[in-house]
Amino acid sequence: MKYQLDKHPIDQVGVEERVARFNSRSIKKQSKVQAIKLAISMLDLTTLEGKDSAGKVRQICAKAVRPWEGMEDVPSVAAVCVYPNHVKTAKRALGDSGVKVASVATAFPSGNSTLKIKLEDTRFAVNEGADEIDMVISRGRFLCGEYDFVFDEIAAVKEACGEAHLKVILETGELDSYQNIRLASDIAMDAGADFIKTSTGKIEPAATLPVTLVMLEAIRDYFYRTGKMIGMKPAGGIRKEKEALQYLVMVKETLGEAWLSPHYFRFGASTLANDLLMQLQKEATGYYQSLDYFSID
Amino acid sequence: MVTIEKSERLKILKTYKLYIGGEFPRTESGRYFSLKDADGNQIANVCSGSRKDFRNAMVVARTAFGKWSKRTAYNRSQIVYRIAEMLEARKNQFTDELTIQGVDKVKAEREVHEAIDLLIYYAGWADKYQQLFSSVNPVAASYFNFSLPEPTGVVSIIAPEENSLLGLVAMIAPVITGGNACVILASESKPLCAVTFGEVLNSSDVPGGVVNILTGSRKELLPQFSTHMDVNAVFYGAGIPEELKEIQMNAALNVKRVADSNVMHSGTGKEMQDPYLIMNFQETKTIWHPIGI
Amino acid sequence: MSKKNKLILNGKKKINRPKTNASLQKTSVSLPKTKGKQKPVINFKTDWQYASAPESISHIQLKKRYELFINGTFVAPDKPVYFDTINPATEQKIAEIAEAGESDVNKAVKAAADAQKYVWSKIPASERAKYLFRIARIIQEKSRELAVIETMDGGKPIRESRDIDIPLAAAHFFYYAGWADKLNYAVPGKTPQPLGVAGQIIPWNFPLLMAAWKIAPALATGNTVVLKPAETTSLTALKLAEIIQEADLPPGVVNIITGAGKTGSLIVNHPDINKIAFTGSTDVGKIIQRSLAGTAKKYTLELGGKAANIIFEDASIDQAVEGIVNGIFFNQGHVCCAGSRLFVQESVFDKVMRKLKDRMETLVVGDPLDKNTDIGAINSKAQWEKITKYQAIGLKEGGECYQSSCSVPSQGYWFRPTVFWNVSQASRIVQEEIFGPVLTVQTFRTVAEVVEKANNTPYGLSGGIWTDKGSKIFKMAGELRAGVIWANTFNKFDPTSPFGGYKESGVGREGGLHGLMPYLKY
Repeated sequence: MKYQLDKHPIDQVGVEERVARFNSRSIKKQSKVQAIKLAISMLDLTTLEGKDSAGKVRQICAKAVRPWEGMEDVPSVAAVCVYPNHVKTAKRALGDSGVKVASVATAFPSGNSTLKIKLEDTRFAVNEGADEIDMVISRGRFLCGEYDFVFDEIAAVKEACGEAHLKVILETGELDSYQNIRLASDIAMDAGADFIKTSTGKIEPAATLPVTLVMLEAIRDYFYRTGKMIGMKPAGGIRKEKEALQYLVMVKETLGEAWLSPHYFRFGASTLANDLLMQLQKEATGYYQSLDYFSID
Repeated sequence: MVTIEKSERLKILKTYKLYIGGEFPRTESGRYFSLKDADGNQIANVCSGSRKDFRNAMVVARTAFGKWSKRTAYNRSQIVYRIAEMLEARKNQFTDELTIQGVDKVKAEREVHEAIDLLIYYAGWADKYQQLFSSVNPVAASYFNFSLPEPTGVVSIIAPEENSLLGLVAMIAPVITGGNACVILASESKPLCAVTFGEVLNSSDVPGGVVNILTGSRKELLPQFSTHMDVNAVFYGAGIPEELKEIQMNAALNVKRVADSNVMHSGTGKEMQDPYLIMNFQETKTIWHPIGI
Repeated sequence: MSKKNKLILNGKKKINRPKTNASLQKTSVSLPKTKGKQKPVINFKTDWQYASAPESISHIQLKKRYELFINGTFVAPDKPVYFDTINPATEQKIAEIAEAGESDVNKAVKAAADAQKYVWSKIPASERAKYLFRIARIIQEKSRELAVIETMDGGKPIRESRDIDIPLAAAHFFYYAGWADKLNYAVPGKTPQPLGVAGQIIPWNFPLLMAAWKIAPALATGNTVVLKPAETTSLTALKLAEIIQEADLPPGVVNIITGAGKTGSLIVNHPDINKIAFTGSTDVGKIIQRSLAGTAKKYTLELGGKAANIIFEDASIDQAVEGIVNGIFFNQGHVCCAGSRLFVQESVFDKVMRKLKDRMETLVVGDPLDKNTDIGAINSKAQWEKITKYQAIGLKEGGECYQSSCSVPSQGYWFRPTVFWNVSQASRIVQEEIFGPVLTVQTFRTVAEVVEKANNTPYGLSGGIWTDKGSKIFKMAGELRAGVIWANTFNKFDPTSPFGGYKESGVGREGGLHGLMPYLKY
């Protein structure tokens, strides 16, 4: 077999202890302000609900371009993330702001459909103008050991993406072990992923720090091996500025300068934005903030 | 002129040698001392073991330790029991030897019986002390953590002058029951049983080198037994404070463990029955492993 | 067709794998070049830096001068001799410490002997327990203050004193407290009794934690104590004396007297002491063992080490690298059980070394009070000189050396994390305990080979094993002649877990059930 589960053993306790050590980093003052702004620039502002509408999509696009009017140098977010049928609306709303449109595809979130439909889903989103495609892997097949199936599917979707970047969602909350997550990461990168992403946001647990560490270490090994840089996107469950900064600490100390950029690291989140903004304002004024002063979109 | 009558058969005298590595060599030094009974009659010529004999014994003991310590506890238990079986079968010989060395007949018989019973006692411990003295330690983190006893290594033993069989057996038994190998210096004034006990060991499935027995001068050999850098522990049973102090000082050369017991030269077999004597020659090893998937 | 063939067919032929992620890489800010054989390099010199985050020292209470704690009160030494305790990160004096002379040691031992005879042995064991619980609680209450003082006095990072030393010290008192009235269960078949007065001499690497390791089991078993902290790190032991006062422990039950080696030898040789517990170097341990010859004193010795940390090719490598780092750089490498000899299976040597070097680049060396510091100050000038000497020896012996590129402050004693490879069993830096952040790396091919090399040392305190295979762990754990085996982890401590060495690493165990025995006669 090309892919073997035991090729990269992962020790759960070791991973979690490493994360605890990252979390003991103390980020203060200027360092904190810089990190919050960086985190905002890395946001994939997301709305993936059954009740999404054109109006809702336009609202988050407005927030994406100018997250907050209250402060001068708050950067735009990296992207908005929507379902394929809202790509066009988002694209129009974002205009030439530089904010990318990401679209989920491939029978999101379960991925339980035929390859044909998944490819059509992808091509549709790309044709509508999506800059980035967030696909899901077939977890059922993966857990049955059909790694070649998973590989081929990703490679096929990558081909369908054309110029669009491909983010591959592993849905780590369904993968049972860090070792599985590591293997899924390797398969995704080998098959052409530009980013690997933890979760759809529809399954608990979504992104966690230890899961992200395992994936960052997979990215590091891939880089050592090939020289190619793959991006990382934890998504779902990250709501607080403090957590976001813990992720950045982990990126800084695992992959270094080159990955501390929206090109290689994203947060898939919706409510995180306001907490980042509140903390930014707190740093500026010295006062703890209330959500009443930040737009809820 | 000596005449030999028809009915009179010349007695075969036993040559008392050392017991090293499962063999019975003479001392490499070629030296001997004459053992005499209370009336001054010659009993035997006994090897006066040398530092080189001790060195040779240490080499085979170190090699034997590796394999002996890895025998299963059940196997060690049966072998120690086997020693008792062999001793039982030859108890008259030991009683006679004790008697010609000046031990009262009744006391000699009791000493042999107690020595046999002591072996049975320790045979029973061989697969139990580990359970009694090991632990699973409830550490405050996601680790499985446990501690267990492991044999210290090679133990040098100074046997008592009195209780020349019982004391000898009582010092060897806890040491080898616990998986150690040993080199033992027998009673200087009553060395015969020690050598004969070597024969018992040799016929009882104890692998060669696990127990090595020297006879000779304690004054001369004590420094060797306590300074040799490959000795892990010294077990002193002769009950002389100055000698013990000398051993303790020498032990500091390489942080040898030193255990001493006063019951060996003056006590009864019952007093020598103690699992904590096994533990004197055990190291506690603690192992950590994460619990996770 | 087999699955295997299908995979290869699919993976290599049928599917057009995208060649690169070129479009995305174009926008990369600092993409490392990967021409020819040059390896991709990760740049840890990031634009985003951690601002300094010093722990506040405003709440700590320190006196200018500390006297001897004898019979429940602080008393001046008979001869007014004092020495300075220095912050090794700043080389500034923190306080003056009294040096105990012969008459002071006599007083302390008398106080302890009287307290044992007339007070401590008389009160019910369950009441003894309550005192220990009380001490544990006060340590917890004052943990922040103790952590800051520990860091100032010894140079260890506040992250470690805050997260490891102080919580573990409290945990030791809490654990042993509960043993006080259950000792009959600890020594099956016997009726254990206290020994009397325990003389305890502790090192400078874990000052308060070692005090707790020593005092807690001694008191639980009904003994009284004369303890001497190391002369460079007396402060937290003296703060512990204040805590003991606050806990209303009967006078004389614990006496803490300060001074250097001379004071220690007065304790060791005092005729009215019944037990010596020493943690420190093997050289001093041997002197103590020799001094105790011919006496009835029991002793435990926790001495040096040169632990093998063994990485097999089937290990979880990223976690193993973290274990290497914890093994040798924890507490600046001032750890007797440090994993100072790394053995890496040849097939993964390059991989491990590369990851190790990268990891070393992210270690923050500097102000111990900064919450982001990973490696603090070397404990003393003398220790710094010793480590520096060994570095020179390593280079002279022809070892290859890598040091992290971090900057270090100009004032104070600092040593960058250092790794040597191309060294052999014969190298001095492989044989001798350096007690600093210096790692040696050797390779191996087979289990038999690495077992032989790992055990080829006079020491036997600890060892590390990294493999994903369970049965191999048990095999290796059985083969290594060392008292503590960390499998897929390293440098973990717990009050319930016995600790101590084989061979020249010491005699006896501390911690857990086994840690009670050396304080009892039975």
